[in-house]
Amino acid sequence: MTARRRGTTRLITLAALAIVAGLLAGCGNALSVSSSGSAQSITLYSGQHPQTTDKLVAAFEKQTGITVRTRSDDEDVLAQQIVAEGSKSPADVIYTENSPALEFLQDKGLLSAVDQATLSKTPARFSSPQGDWVGVSARVSVIIYNPSLIKASQLPTSVMQLADSKYRGKLALAAGETDFQPIVTSVLHAHGQAATVRWLQAIKANAAGHIYPDNETITSQVNRGAAALGIINEYYWYRLRAEIGAGSMHSKITYFAPRDPGYVIDVSGAAVLKSSTHQAAAQRFLAFLVSKQAQEIIGRDSLSYEYPVASGVTTAAPETPFGDLQPNPITIDELGDGSAAIALLRQAGLL
Amino acid sequence: MTAPAAPARPAVAAGPAASRVRRPARPVALTATATVIAAILALPLIFLLIEASGSGLSEDSRLIFRELTATLLWNTIRLTVVVTALCAVIGTAAAWCVERTDLPGRRIWAVLVVVPLAIPDFVVSFGWASLSSWIAGFRGAVIVMTLAVYPLVYLPVAASLRGADPGQEEVARSLGTGRVRTFLRITLGQARGAILGGCLLVAMVLLAEYGAFEIVGYQTFTTEIFTEIGAAFSLPAACALALVLVLLSLVVLAGEGLSRGRGRVSRSGPLAQRVSPPQRLGRARLPVLAGFVLLTGLALGVPIAASVYWMTSGVRPSLTGVPLLAAAGYTALYGALAGLLATLLALPVALLAVRHPGGLARRLLERSTYLVLAIPGVVIALALSYFTQRYLGGFAYQTGPLLILAYAIMFFPLALVGVKASLARAPVSLDEVARSLGQTRLAVALRVTLRLTGPGLVAAFCLVFLSVITELTATLILIPIGVQTLATQFWAYETNLSYAQAAPFALVMIAVATLPSIVLGRFFNRSADPRMVT
Repeated sequence: MTARRRGTTRLITLAALAIVAGLLAGCGNALSVSSSGSAQSITLYSGQHPQTTDKLVAAFEKQTGITVRTRSDDEDVLAQQIVAEGSKSPADVIYTENSPALEFLQDKGLLSAVDQATLSKTPARFSSPQGDWVGVSARVSVIIYNPSLIKASQLPTSVMQLADSKYRGKLALAAGETDFQPIVTSVLHAHGQAATVRWLQAIKANAAGHIYPDNETITSQVNRGAAALGIINEYYWYRLRAEIGAGSMHSKITYFAPRDPGYVIDVSGAAVLKSSTHQAAAQRFLAFLVSKQAQEIIGRDSLSYEYPVASGVTTAAPETPFGDLQPNPITIDELGDGSAAIALLRQAGLL
Repeated sequence: MTAPAAPARPAVAAGPAASRVRRPARPVALTATATVIAAILALPLIFLLIEASGSGLSEDSRLIFRELTATLLWNTIRLTVVVTALCAVIGTAAAWCVERTDLPGRRIWAVLVVVPLAIPDFVVSFGWASLSSWIAGFRGAVIVMTLAVYPLVYLPVAASLRGADPGQEEVARSLGTGRVRTFLRITLGQARGAILGGCLLVAMVLLAEYGAFEIVGYQTFTTEIFTEIGAAFSLPAACALALVLVLLSLVVLAGEGLSRGRGRVSRSGPLAQRVSPPQRLGRARLPVLAGFVLLTGLALGVPIAASVYWMTSGVRPSLTGVPLLAAAGYTALYGALAGLLATLLALPVALLAVRHPGGLARRLLERSTYLVLAIPGVVIALALSYFTQRYLGGFAYQTGPLLILAYAIMFFPLALVGVKASLARAPVSLDEVARSLGQTRLAVALRVTLRLTGPGLVAAFCLVFLSVITELTATLILIPIGVQTLATQFWAYETNLSYAQAAPFALVMIAVATLPSIVLGRFFNRSADPRMVT
């Protein structure tokens, strides 16, 4: 009897195991897209917006016959994922909205050097000084405001004036957004540590109740009148307009005074992973991104609303021409990976 | 009886069969299986320790013992306490009304009150946040989270009330005990384990919540963890903070264990289960009905209205994505397989906990499996990236099966609560009776244990399924390239301001969620049929 009981239990256990195994094996065949790419395919980890990447990827595939398999996520998570994956990372190329994620991976020694020919297409000030990533496009920080809540004449001309108590309850802020750190770094560079922390504390108080997770939220909240003004990168405003139509835009954008610390260019770039087993194809993708064809797609033929920066391509209306912008002349190197800005944001209690 | 590797055999503590002399066998195979499962569930914890130790003790302590931590701690604790209490009241009251009273439209309510669980937190909070700027901070977080997670209490409580013996209530009433006192002393007593289990889940889920708090602008440990990863690129710092979350969840677990330990879990013979006439609500009927309308109106109406508004506010589709049906198919497939896997994995752990209690080591083993619920999904996914790439040569990485395993790990505690609650209702003595009547072990398993635990197993499956539908952060890291779930495609549109394209995905998520809710309702109705039980 004991033997029979044991046998039956074992039978049940085995059956359960078989079901689990079958389940896993079954999904392996039925569900999985093979994780190992062929020679004719590269894997792209993209933190960029699909408005920018979709057409670029399609054009590259058409031109080269190389398939691009895209994984989209926030770029900071992608950067951490690459670190966690280590030397076996499936990623060949990483393409980000902002430079700090690339600087972070570069500091970890995880990036290959970009081909010299590719680097030469982009003005040196928009690429990694070390040459491990290349700048592809750029954006500029602007003031977004809702004219029904604040008059244009009341707007600040400098980002430093946002600390003024007259903006209390009116200002929207996304302190955790990667686009905000370059502004903090820029202010730090212009005014020093103590003044920057005081400034941060003041704008934190002014933005109480309007601290948002990202620029997209600032854009839509200011547009619908939940807050009066905020700082965003210009393309969010254009994209919202493309999405909901000019008739539904209740907000406007404007610039800080020339060379103000709040007037900052953010660079989007791409890099090849050192661990990639498709170095040549990956480098081709980077070369394509800065080619005339790709830059024209960014500047004219997509809903990206980013500024092309390479191969001499300039953007079309409606944006202010890139050459007419008068940003704070802070360098990529000075912007770094944003760690100094993070420390100050923490000190001010914003992070 | 000398076989050292004797397979799992329930210890005979009491009951009709106890007279047959048998020493309680050590459940060796069961313990071994449960240990392996607990070890898999510990992987994220090990990853946390590896990463946090990478930045050094002084750096970690600087991070943990800074001014912000006090704020985070206060924010996290007060939110957890308030929302858990609200969920306990709402979930229990709703379950009692649906299961035990003559509330009109019970079957429909039984489905509707569960659905909010499957509305993504970011949809709920965006819906609320766009209603009014009043919905922000602590207030906003309490409203949004209570309406999103009360079904975690409702489901186990409804299952336990459905199975409990109504005779006890009748006896109490016949002895002159008032209606309220009967409810407090008898009904709540019967549902005590389920209420505590549900509260435990709510508290743990709150600790790891991110999307909702981000939108309503409420800072907790988990939002800070995302900031560390997002803005500071500091995974070690994020992991050090996540360890604080683990400590907090240990406190929650200890608290739950203590309150469970006091008092006896009332367990009537399941064979006494029968349909009793529902309690009449009488004059309370209208107010109760109004309460249900209000609850589902707020929990479902706001996010659905927001989705419909988005859908109609867009001008034109600007982005390409996968078709709605494909995303729905993958979501349902992943959810179903994860639900199945999690329930299967939960069985040995639950069996060990319910049928072989005692022994500190075994208790700790079972309790340890809850911790994973308080770890943010992004950390769990990165842990799996780390281990599969480093130690398994990338085997199955970013494939369906690994994603399903990730879901099963993340939502294991949800399954465990369901399975445990149902096993508790199937006393081992019944197995012994059946066996003494000459039934084989397999027949006992199928005809007695499975039948009695069935509703609980289905509840476990559904809880996991519903949670998978809305999972985003881990999915983005582990999903096969080219595949989208409803949540990831929604995110891809929503995060790029393409609200009109995002909205249908939110609505389909809600629609997919109603399926298990309906199944759940039907299954319970059937199992309550006396012919099915006896």
